Parts: sequence; C-alpha cells; structure tokens
Amino acid sequence: MRAFAYARAATPSDAIGADGRLIAGGTNLLDLMKLEIETPDRLIDVNHIGLDEIAPDGDGNGDGLRIGAMVRNADLAADDRVRRDWPLLSRALLAGASGQIRNRATTGGNLMQRTRCPYFYDLAAACNKRDPGTGCDALAGRNRNHAILGASDHCIATYPGDMAVALAALDAVVEIEGAAGTRRVPVAAFHRLPGDTPQRDTVLEPGELIRAVTLPAPTGGRQVYRKVRDRRSYAFALVSVAADVTVADGAITRAALALGGVAHRPWRDPDADALLVGRAPDGAAFAAVADAILRGARGHGDNDFKIPLARRTLIAALAEATGTDVRTAA
Amino acid sequence: MPAPTDHPITLTVNGTVETLVLADPRVSLLDALRQRLGLTGTKKGCDHGQCGACTVIVNGRRINSCLSLAVMHDGDAITTIEGLGAPGALAPLQAAFLHHDGFQCGYCTPGQIMSATAMLEELRAGWPSVVSDDLTAPALSDDEIRERMSGNLCRCAAYPNIVAAIRAVADAAAPAEDAA
Ligand SMILES: Cc1cc2nc3c(=O)[nH]c(=O)nc-3n(C[C@H](O)[C@H](O)[C@H](O)COP(=O)(O)OP(=O)(O)OC[C@H]3O[C@@H](n4cnc5c(N)ncnc54)[C@H](O)[C@@H]3O)c2cc1C
Ligand code: SF4
Ligand code: FES
Ligand code: FES
Repeated sequence: MRAFAYARAATPSDAIGADGRLIAGGTNLLDLMKLEIETPDRLIDVNHIGLDEIAPDGDGNGDGLRIGAMVRNADLAADDRVRRDWPLLSRALLAGASGQIRNRATTGGNLMQRTRCPYFYDLAAACNKRDPGTGCDALAGRNRNHAILGASDHCIATYPGDMAVALAALDAVVEIEGAAGTRRVPVAAFHRLPGDTPQRDTVLEPGELIRAVTLPAPTGGRQVYRKVRDRRSYAFALVSVAADVTVADGAITRAALALGGVAHRPWRDPDADALLVGRAPDGAAFAAVADAILRGARGHGDNDFKIPLARRTLIAALAEATGTDVRTAA
Repeated sequence: MPAPTDHPITLTVNGTVETLVLADPRVSLLDALRQRLGLTGTKKGCDHGQCGACTVIVNGRRINSCLSLAVMHDGDAITTIEGLGAPGALAPLQAAFLHHDGFQCGYCTPGQIMSATAMLEELRAGWPSVVSDDLTAPALSDDEIRERMSGNLCRCAAYPNIVAAIRAVADAAAPAEDAA
C-alpha cells in the first residue's frame, strides 16, 4: 500500500470539497489500495459525520424513505420499513457480500464500488479504466463477467453491485452535495456508460459528497430480486434482475425492471417495461419484454452466455413477481 | 508523499484499554491486533475480505479486521477470540466446535467462532438473510446458518460440523416457548 495521510471528518461539510479521498466502510477502497490500484495521498474518514439515519421522506405524506449515505448495508437490510415496503432492497442487499462486509459497507460506498474486471485488478494488464489510454485487455481476453449492454470499445466492464440494481428499479434518487449546492440524480443515471472515458464510473464530481438516497413511496407492486451467480452465496452476480410489478384484474398495470451484472450501470429500459402494461402476465408477454430489453445485447466471447441467461432470468423474475407458471412457455 | 504524522489511538480490546501510537496510518486493524498487541488468535487468510479468518467483533458487530484501518477504530471496543473464553472456561461456541469437531487444521476457527458469536446475536435481533422466506420473521435452520456464515471459508471443508456446532449452541440458547 502506498503511504497516505489520514484525517477524520467531523461533519458533512468537512468532507465536501475536501482535499483527499473519502473512506467510509473501507471494504472496497482498502482492498484496492492494498493492490495499489487506488493510490490516494490523503484519506478523509467519514465514519463520524453522521448521515447514518433512515427517516420518512416524501412530498407531504412521508411515505418515502431517506437513507443517509453512512447507513450500513446490514442496518438498511434489517430496517423494518424496508423489509415491509421495499423487500426488493432488503433482498438485494442481503444477496451481496457477507455478514461481516455488510456490517461495514455503507450506502454511499456501495454505490461507488468499482468494477470486478480482473484486468482492472491486474497492474500488468492494459486497462483504460485504471490507466486511461492503455487499452482494454478484456476485449479479447477473459471476459466472462463483462458487459453485454451499453459497452464501448474502450471498456466492457460491469458495475458489480446489487443494491443499486434494486434502487434503480425502485426509482430511488441520489442526493449529492458539492461546493455549488445540492443536486439530485436518479440512481439509474448515477453510473455512466463507459464511452471513451471509462475511468469515470459515475457522475459524481471531485469534492462532492453523497448525502443520502431517497426512495419514493412504494408502488404497491410485487417486488422480486433474482441473482444468478457461480456459487450460492458470497459471490458477485453474473446476472441479476430487480422487478416491481403490479397486476390488477388479470392485467399488468405497471412494471419496473432493472438488470445487474450486464452493463457499466444498473440497466433500465422503461420503454421495454411499458410493453407489459395492459397485458396479461404470461410467458409470451415476459419473453417479449426480455427480447426488447436485450435487443442490443452483444457478447464478447466468454460472456456470450449472459444473453440467454439474462433473458431467462428476466422471465423467471417476472413469473415470480406475478405468480405465473411459465414452465410450458417459450 | 505525505509526511508521516503520529496517530495515537485508544482501543478497548477484550475489556482492556490499549493505547497505540501509529507512526503510519497504513496498519490494518488485523495487523495492529496481531503485531502490536500480540493477539495472534485472529488469523490472516486472504487480507482482502474474502475468507473471514480475520473476523473480530467491533462495537458488537462482526467485521473483517483486514479491511479496516486501525486508525479508523480509535475509541472502539473490540472482542477477539482471546476475549471470548479461555482454556477451562470456554465460551459455548468454543466448546461446541470441540465437541462437534468443527475444524481440522483450525486456521479458520477463530474467525468462524467470532463470526458465529455475532451472527447468533443478529438472528436474535431478528435480522433477515437472503434465504429467509419471510423477511420479517426469519427462522433458524441449517440453511440460514450456512447463508449467514458464508463470509467464513474453511479450506478443510469442515462445514457440516461447523453448522452442527453452531446449531447446537443456537438450539440450546433458544427459549423453549419460541418455536418459530
Ligand atoms: C469479498 C467481497 C465480496 C463482495 N460481494 C459483493 C456482492 O456480492 N454484491 C455487492 O453489491 N457488493 C459486494 N461487495 C462490495 C461491497 O458491497 C462494497 O465493498 C461496499 O459496499 C463498499 O462500501 P464501503 O462503505 O465499504 O466503501 P469504501 O470502500 O469506504 O468506499 C468506496 C468508494 O466510495 C467512496 N465513498 C464512500 N462514501 C462516499 C460518500 N458518502 N460520498 C461520496 N463518495 C463516497 C469512497 O471515496 C470510495 O471511492 C463485496 C466486497 C468484498 C470485499
Ligand atoms: S473492461 Fe474496462 S475495466 Fe476491464 S480491462 Fe477493459 S477498460 Fe479495464
Ligand atoms: S484475512 Fe480478512 S477476510 Fe481473509
Ligand atoms: S479447519 Fe482448516 S481451514 Fe477450516
């Protein structure tokens, strides 16, 4: 690990515009610092700035939730309101990492976690994300865990997290504070596509602090999180699907789907979701929306399997959310 | 490179107040416990949060001590395997691991036992896991134990006996009226 200076922030304003890298749970940053993939000169410890409350939120009725950036993943997953009204969020958090890591990992840090591309972790490899302009060894390399949607010739990495996939489907918003004030960015637009600047994972600007994530009131739909991985626990997603689907009188009235493990950000496609509205929940409807979401999907060799896997996982999640038996369908 | 500054920190380790001066903030909580305080019961497996051998309990919660800087724990209360029990006065989980042969080489064992200690508290507090059918009322099962202990790997694959040991302690602690 490279040498660095350490300072403790006492308040959020100490952390805004501070000269240095914020450290929250440290479960991603320290891992990367040990490997010298991240080499900050200065760490600002935000573990004592507060922002660790979960409170009612929302215009007037308070049916939403405001989650402080320093709320630990374990506390968020176990919060009674989250378990009752946003079970998708609980399940996505609990599907990630381990009990030990969730006790440390924070809401802000989880959003900001970096890719698990093996070449990003290998200092001897070419990687535009780690070292802009050097190339991308994943393109013609081992790319089993890489993107099938929204990738570029510069980077095919995925955002690896689970929590943000659930938050994207739930239309959550990230509250960001910088020197210029506060701004709100939907979780679905918080992570960027790689384009020709894959070194930038998110729209967060230097010096900005994530203060909170806000959840709008629950939609009343059935919420499902399905994560497919190489081992049953303590592994990142190959593909995951978050679904929030409402059915009334035999027809779907609203659907929100998000995919994880397939792109540089949690993948949402509201136009495709809209194809479900007004249709009876059946295998044909689910296949149609899955095909629409995956119409631009492209594999890179090792990860070709993710396209049919994503299709099946979408169909399975929709079946679970609507209580439909699709075993005989396409 | 930043000039080194001394960071004095105070940790309460197994009930004893310890003051350390860290000349370099790079030291992990794990290395501080093992190298500075001589508490070598806590093990280093991967040093990257992937194996759980370094699990300790900080302010009541299990964490990976390898993925935390000692300097971030100024003021915290830490329990290591040395603080759980002692020869002749073993904690229930320590005794159960012996009784059920919950180890072979023993390298992962301190981490397993620290993790299980805190995990049973989490279960008692009603925390759900991803295998809980009902998120609001998780019930103890071997599947729950396996999932909740997935952050602790065992290269010797003593898993069945580890689950049996934890199960025995959980069942013994469960109040009889509570069938759920
Ligand atoms: C073995 C292992 C397995 C894992 N498995 C999974 C998994 O299956 N699913 C999953 O989703 N995750 C998984 N993770 C990742 C884990 O969820 C993240 O490491 C964790 O959520 C990061 O949170 P943190 O608070 O520790 O962040 P830190 O490591 O402290 O910080 C990460 C980044 O966020 C920035 N940051 C932190 N807080 C703020 C803030 N308030 N404002 C602005 N920037 C901020 C930091 O500057 C840093 O760049 C795993 C991790 C490990 C080690
Ligand atoms: S996919 Fe992205 S992160 Fe991986 S090597 Fe290529 S540029 Fe780097
Ligand atoms: S040594 Fe800390 S998790 Fe492996
Ligand atoms: S007993 Fe050998 S690693 Fe678990």
